[in-house]
Amino acid sequence: MEKFTEFKNIVTDPYTYCHKYKEETGKKIVGYTCSYTPEEIIYAAGALPFRLFGTNEGIQRADIHLQTYCCSLIRGVLEEGLSGRLDFLGGVVFPHTCDTIQRLSDIWRLNIPKQFHIDLVLPVKLNTASARQYLIDILERFKKDLEHALGAKITDAALADAIKIYNQIRTLMMRIYTLRAQKPEMISGRDLHSIIKVAMIMDRQLFLKTLTQIVAQLENAPAGKIKAGTKKLVLTGGICSHPDIYDIIENAGGVVVWDDLCTGSRYFEGILDEKAPPLEAIAQRYLDRDICPAKHAGLTDRGDSLIQMVRKQTADGVIFMLLKFCDPHAFDYPYIKEMLDRENIPCMLLDMEEQLPAGGQLQTRFETFIQIL
Amino acid sequence: MKKQISEILKVIGIFLFGKFKKFTMRFKKSNTMKDIMMVYYSEAKSARLTGKKVAWITSGGPVEPLIAMDVIPVYPENHGAMIGASKMGTGLCETAENMGYSSDLCSYARADIACSTINGGPIGGLPKPDMLVCCNNICGTVLKWYEVQARYFNVPLFVLDTPFCHTGYSEETARYVRAQINEYISFIERACGRKFDYERVKKVGQLSFQGQQLWQKVLDTAAHKPAPLSAFDAFYHLALIVTLRGTPEVIDYYTALIAKMKDRIARGISAVPNEKYRLLWDNLPIWHRTRWLYDKFASHNACLVADTYTSAWCGTMKYIDENNFIDSMAEAYTRIYLNIGVDEMAKMVIAMIDKYDVDGFVLHSNRSCKPYSFGQLDIQRIVEKERGIPCLMIEADMVDERSFSESQISTRIDAFMEIIKERKK
Ligand code: SF4
Ligand code: SF4
Repeated sequence: MEKFTEFKNIVTDPYTYCHKYKEETGKKIVGYTCSYTPEEIIYAAGALPFRLFGTNEGIQRADIHLQTYCCSLIRGVLEEGLSGRLDFLGGVVFPHTCDTIQRLSDIWRLNIPKQFHIDLVLPVKLNTASARQYLIDILERFKKDLEHALGAKITDAALADAIKIYNQIRTLMMRIYTLRAQKPEMISGRDLHSIIKVAMIMDRQLFLKTLTQIVAQLENAPAGKIKAGTKKLVLTGGICSHPDIYDIIENAGGVVVWDDLCTGSRYFEGILDEKAPPLEAIAQRYLDRDICPAKHAGLTDRGDSLIQMVRKQTADGVIFMLLKFCDPHAFDYPYIKEMLDRENIPCMLLDMEEQLPAGGQLQTRFETFIQIL
Repeated sequence: MKKQISEILKVIGIFLFGKFKKFTMRFKKSNTMKDIMMVYYSEAKSARLTGKKVAWITSGGPVEPLIAMDVIPVYPENHGAMIGASKMGTGLCETAENMGYSSDLCSYARADIACSTINGGPIGGLPKPDMLVCCNNICGTVLKWYEVQARYFNVPLFVLDTPFCHTGYSEETARYVRAQINEYISFIERACGRKFDYERVKKVGQLSFQGQQLWQKVLDTAAHKPAPLSAFDAFYHLALIVTLRGTPEVIDYYTALIAKMKDRIARGISAVPNEKYRLLWDNLPIWHRTRWLYDKFASHNACLVADTYTSAWCGTMKYIDENNFIDSMAEAYTRIYLNIGVDEMAKMVIAMIDKYDVDGFVLHSNRSCKPYSFGQLDIQRIVEKERGIPCLMIEADMVDERSFSESQISTRIDAFMEIIKERKK
């Protein structure tokens, strides 16, 4: 599909896209660091929300600010900020999640003064009435901060419109995931990964248009069957910045049918109530959605929902993708593994450093795992 | 049981006296640190027998409501410090790693999680909790750590969520935290099965405030040249303001300690003989090397006269209303040293540099503690720019000895001290 070519171009070179976008539309671009960013509000302000992915290569500037035991994701994001390559941004939004992102925000504010900087200090608890109220209050404040920073007014009508667009995008993303879980051969994991990434970069209206066409095509794709012996897997972790992984898994005889990634299902899961007051609707989605391990809801929420996910997709196993130095995920791993063990759901742990282990070696590890399923 | 308690007392005694006696002054009176801590831990350990409840609480957590309800607060972080000081950290950390916890996680958390399952460590493990109170004003680690323990012990967990104050304290935050104080009180009422004692908490709040004032005064004595106490002494005496904040013991102890310090000043006794150079320490102590570091710096006639860590327990007094503790504690607990932006931390560091008139700044880049350590490089640069004093960053871990390279750190301290000496000539 030539649509994928367009998407792939954007994913490989998002900055060129952004520069062009700015030139053509005159709109501002707002960077953000995590899936708890209320993109709807940014969109309603007439700006383009742009997720910062960072880089794995040529890190120099970030090392002056972050010690060696900081996760590569944040190091990479800071490097991009310091390098000037993100100068096209009007500003950056930092939702509060883990200790590392928290300090990234400070370091950014002190060292990259050219752009506006907004902290969105979300509650850590997502399961109490007072936390819900605080979340709504803080979204209200964010809206004001953003209006101020962008010199724009965010009307309720614009918010309602944004919510509609995002609901449509999320519904379609859910649909693609569902279709693909049934007929994985219709689209490769790598292409699916590009779609998600593009969803966080591209002009959302144009993205929605293309996405609608892609889904229509996929709906009509002939019903295929999963190749005999292919094992269905669920991927869990933070963000996946290694699209190669999908190819390697597929070559090893597996296929990822669902995920619990911040750059995966957690990004699009949950539809907003279009009848509720907009900010309440946005808050409610965060409260209902599967949580990031840096947040607190219950004691076994993540384990429970992972097991449910595996059951629903009739998956054969789980792959934990843990980024080195990522505390929230590392703390959850032992208990979730124990829960999976109790349910006889096999899992494997993939410790991720900046670079993936050499392709062949990784494929062998996946093969070994897939063979036991 | 009696035998068990006396065993525990012995171990605590060995810990408290064995590790620290060389560089801490001893008291003739009976209210020594050793006695107080022995009574404290043995009371906590025998809570099952005396029918008292035990709450595990984070070091920066609001303990006063617990004390007002006769709940015994126990501090896994203080326990972690004891584990580190008795050099049992590495073993326990390894146990946690075998349980699946990454070696990059906070070593207090690793050691404690491991210790709970084997009752190991210097005092044979902590008494089992009836409830857990986690305040995330110090880090996100404690949230995950307490979740682990809540699953393990199957006891109720209260999370006091204190939103991070990057650039200030917002109205929204004030409302949210204040609302949670009420939720916290209800939580304690449920756990204790009786109504909260609002009268008593006033008294406890006052004692807590006075304790903090006195602790600040203890630390203030180091502004004198030569300093009668060093940061290493402060690391030791800190135990009380952490664990017994809100009780009269703290008042008596620190009052006596201040008198002692004044006496030392009067008699010209200093923490480091021949103090010539004064240094400021940043981050947690390296518990397993306090003695070594003290000696190392003392060999250069250098004294670590102050530190950012122990002063965190009296750093937010300006937000406390002594006569309205419950209302004001929301802000005081939210705006503590680790819950503020890097630039505000740098300001406080600079204020300490001036107050204690130090010649250099030593930063412990602590692999365990990301919120304390990330941003340090910026603080270092700000200090260099604003005050122009030499700074030294050493990478280590407060409990896990495997991250400590003695020869390398020794060489770097020597080189750093050479620069300081050169400048002071
Ligand atoms: S949650 Fe983990 S991966 Fe994400 S920024 Fe924090 S430490 Fe890094
Ligand atoms: S050492 Fe740091 S990470 Fe560990 S519990 Fe203390 S504040 Fe949290």
